[in-house]
Amino acid sequence: MQTATAPRDLIADQLARHGYIPDQALATALWLMDMLKRPLLLEGEAGVGKTEIGRALASLHDTKLIRLQCYEGLDQNAALYEWNYQRQLLAIKAREGAEADGVEDLIFSERYLLERPLLAAIRQVKPPVLLIDEIDRADEEFEAFLLELLSDFQVSIPELGTITATSIPRVVLTSNGTRELSDALRRRCLYHYVDFPDVDREARILAARLPGIDARLAQQIASLVNSIRKEDLRKAPGVAETLDWAAALMGVGIARLHDDPAFVHESMMCLLKTAEDKSRVTREVTDRLLGKVA
Amino acid sequence: MAKARPLASDDPGPAIRHRLAGFATLLRHNGFAIGLAETRDALQLLGTAAGQASSSARSSLRALFCGRRSDWDRFDELFAAHWMQRGMKTVVRPRHVPKAAPALFGPDAEHDAPGSETGPADHIERLPDDDGAETIETRLPKRDQASAAEALGKKDFRHIVDADELAATHALAGRLARSMRARITRRYRSKARGKRLDLRRTIHRSIGTGGTPVRLIHRRRKPKPLRLVILLDVSGSMSVYAPVFVRFMHGVLGAFREAETFLFHTRLMHVTPALREKDAGRAVGRLSLLATGVGGGTEIGASLAAFNRFHARRVIHSRTAIMIISDGYDTGEPVRLASEMAALRRRCRRIAWLNPMIGWRDYAPEARGMKAALPFVDLFAPAHNLDSLLAIEPFLASL
Repeated sequence: MQTATAPRDLIADQLARHGYIPDQALATALWLMDMLKRPLLLEGEAGVGKTEIGRALASLHDTKLIRLQCYEGLDQNAALYEWNYQRQLLAIKAREGAEADGVEDLIFSERYLLERPLLAAIRQVKPPVLLIDEIDRADEEFEAFLLELLSDFQVSIPELGTITATSIPRVVLTSNGTRELSDALRRRCLYHYVDFPDVDREARILAARLPGIDARLAQQIASLVNSIRKEDLRKAPGVAETLDWAAALMGVGIARLHDDPAFVHESMMCLLKTAEDKSRVTREVTDRLLGKVA
Repeated sequence: MAKARPLASDDPGPAIRHRLAGFATLLRHNGFAIGLAETRDALQLLGTAAGQASSSARSSLRALFCGRRSDWDRFDELFAAHWMQRGMKTVVRPRHVPKAAPALFGPDAEHDAPGSETGPADHIERLPDDDGAETIETRLPKRDQASAAEALGKKDFRHIVDADELAATHALAGRLARSMRARITRRYRSKARGKRLDLRRTIHRSIGTGGTPVRLIHRRRKPKPLRLVILLDVSGSMSVYAPVFVRFMHGVLGAFREAETFLFHTRLMHVTPALREKDAGRAVGRLSLLATGVGGGTEIGASLAAFNRFHARRVIHSRTAIMIISDGYDTGEPVRLASEMAALRRRCRRIAWLNPMIGWRDYAPEARGMKAALPFVDLFAPAHNLDSLLAIEPFLASL
């Protein structure tokens, strides 16, 4: 039944052209997301490229990326809308002595409304990509509110009434797993666990992002980073770190990792982000890892 | 709920419909949270040509049916078991299907109510009374439920041998966790004072005074919920106490929205997922299997090291209380225990160490491990009966 242009292969190709190399499962999830109109929940370690998926998706559909970064204490006001208090106060001052009801209607009108990411996302004419980053950092109350929004795509503002979505955004949520998310939210979403890329895929990512890179070097870098991730580290290097490191190596004109093991070791600071990890990866460890790289 | 877009052919046929329903049931029995909406979407999916292509069917259904990492990791095995009849050994089958599941997660586990033959009751022996005051309580006739519960609260866990009493104690431990949480959150709210201005409401009020905010309205900052992390020692010397605390832990997980639980003996086990089972009996039964049958010593230092290394970053935030329940008999090096306790102390807000032996007469913390840990402990309290568990509530509330 499957043809060469199965929808998910098409998505994979398109994404690759926009600088993101997905694995097959992710391509399927993105295809489903469009078909079933469900949000996509991405979980995985920091640095595996979850946020990047949102960016690539926006670029693929040539639409706006609206990002809501979650944090502890994030409330509806900061995420949805806020009133422009300064202008409201001015308006009240300007109409001093006027009928209170009239003034109230005026200052709680569209003119004084400030859109925040969620409201902005549902009021776009062209469906944007709404990236809700690190949802696990937000409080449970916020999660519940979000769930409601993602089900109905309408919000009610007490002073204004109900606002229904102009278009339904493509929603991508990311989570690092600092807090257990509710089953209700998980059930609302499609799920994809983003793992570190395997050697081949990471080499392809390097080639896509650093067009000048030598294919063999890319393969070597990907292979070394892959084995570093298996070491007992506090913080395994993410894809962004691999890219930094590759850029550094290219910068000094290294063609093969074995050419300059000393520099390879020194430049590992691009990959290792804690003092503990740095002290753990000694020159001996570097040499051992290099030995495994073809 | 957003509706799926209608597809070219909606119905993949009764055969697939039937097998899909069976698959959903299988996943549910293996702990997946799947509702009707997911099944309906899956059905639509399998109605499309692309959805039927075998290579994408698996990843489609995985994206649709999985909700968490553990689902993600198990999915392939379950998929293969159902659709290809492979690798059924570790798959939990629904009741009507011949079972080939290990007892730990099998359908039989729900009969493992505390006190039954596989439960922890086997390990409770009648110990000589060494605390006179308590034995009087235990001889009291059960006048009514309230006073029975009161008596039960004072009774040392070691002296509870009767199966009914044990079940009642376990139920009480769960209730205790719930009421604790209710009281702690209420107390915190009433004390909270807002520092930030509620501009919206202030402006509302100032319309009448021509924009001059005569009365400022403040907004309370919502208190961050208290998180409770429990580390329970389940080594041999704690075997009498462990079952009640496991029950208490189950209650805590149900009541505190943010809680994490660990067991340790010679190593540390993260048991929150295993305990997140609604049926208390089944959850406790499941854990009892993990907890019992452990000979050997207690490596508190090594277990804490594992906690600090692998879990602390994720489970500790600024309003976290750590509760260690252990008798402090450590077979490891006290130096290690002390340094790991110090590391833990730097991370979290408070550490409470509950030691069932404090309830004993003439107890002094003589164990080397206990001595090493004490300097880093904010609360060192007894935990030999339910009342003593209740007594740590003020400590949590003051966080």
